[in-house]
Amino acid sequence: MNHLNEEQLILHYYGETGQPGENGELGDDAAAGDTLAAERHLEECGPCRTLYASLQRVLNVVDGLPVPERSADYGTQVWQRIERRLGARRRTLRMPGGWWRWAAAGAAFAALMVTAFVAGRFYPRHTEPAQLAAAEAQTGERVLLVAVGDYLERSQMVLIELTNANPKGSTDISAEQERAGDLVTETRLYRQTAARTGDTRITGVLDELERVLVDITHAPPEMTPRQLEALRQRLEAEGILFKIRVLGSNVRNQEVPDAQTPRQTL
Amino acid sequence: MECNDLGLVTKARMGDPDAFRMLVERHSRPLFRLAYRMTGNQQDAEDVVQDSFLRAYKQLARFDERASFGTWLYRIAVNCSLDLVRSRKRRNELVVPADSEMDDSTLGLPSHDPAPDRIAMGGEVRERVAEAMTELSASERTAFVLRHFEGMCIEDVSRVLGCQPGAAKHSVFRAVQKLRRALEPLVSTAR
Repeated sequence: MNHLNEEQLILHYYGETGQPGENGELGDDAAAGDTLAAERHLEECGPCRTLYASLQRVLNVVDGLPVPERSADYGTQVWQRIERRLGARRRTLRMPGGWWRWAAAGAAFAALMVTAFVAGRFYPRHTEPAQLAAAEAQTGERVLLVAVGDYLERSQMVLIELTNANPKGSTDISAEQERAGDLVTETRLYRQTAARTGDTRITGVLDELERVLVDITHAPPEMTPRQLEALRQRLEAEGILFKIRVLGSNVRNQEVPDAQTPRQTL
Repeated sequence: MECNDLGLVTKARMGDPDAFRMLVERHSRPLFRLAYRMTGNQQDAEDVVQDSFLRAYKQLARFDERASFGTWLYRIAVNCSLDLVRSRKRRNELVVPADSEMDDSTLGLPSHDPAPDRIAMGGEVRERVAEAMTELSASERTAFVLRHFEGMCIEDVSRVLGCQPGAAKHSVFRAVQKLRRALEPLVSTAR
């Protein structure tokens, strides 16, 4: 048997088998007999034994590099640190099943309608009809703003996660697609509501966002780096993230009525 | 009743926070050891552990139940460690020699890290070992840490690295060869 080379010695140290191929490539694992053969060779060959002993000494020294110990309750400490941050994400974790997204969107829409209706019903009776109509519209608008603000935030998260992905190979975007699918359903409801309240500013952005979300939902679940780059460029070109941020910011500002405005009377 | 990782993942996916808590409690310590060996710094390792669990939770829907949760989590932790080291590099906190292979940069412990654990190590040998580890590229260091310290088989190392087993083996070879060259004179004189 020829001398063992360094790679064979390393393999032997780790209890792995396998012979390098002709081009220096490693072939498939060789027979278990390799280990026995290597051991037998080391017993008989002084130079290989010296080399192997040197390798063992070096790796034993490396083993001496200490790692700070963590107490037995370290896992509990980690959980306490991340629990709050997980809470914010928990609502984005979706259970599988198409019925769920429709039920959630339906419930959100129903809540929106009921709130607007109830607010209108209990508005003071002595108010003039014209004022009453205006107040109802404002209440409806505010409820819409709260819901849209939350929805925009979630949409933004999905888009940012996709645009920030920096893979070397293809990326599984099925989780983002599922969330985008949920958001598409909501987009349509909010867009229709915004159209009814005459808020063209919200309608316009939701129109654009819906197109992007639909395209993401229909994209292949495995995206290549090139496809992700194309998506990133499209989002940049359309400035959709910027528009979402601006609208989100405006919505948040309007959720709390200005004390100086007549809306305070609501 | 003791539940295996897969059972806990399934429950966590259904929205059971206790299930994910149990996974965190079960895997935090080994994850810290891995993160520390990857980053060489306690605070960074703590950050990596937390970020890894946050990422894992976020990506739980993507976890393939045929795979090992531990291996999947290790992969996330390795990526978090590499991200952290790269961001450290961008902040010019590291001196990074060019590496000819792949596009991964050389990982490094700060050479003169004043952290208490480094001081406690003491001795020229340990200092030299830490320095030698800084000379490994990202893939070499990852492969070496997983194979040597974590005892993973090459197949699992390749899964964590996202490469073929042959490439993982080569990374281990290169790492050991570099370490041997750097440390052999030291262990020879120490005998």
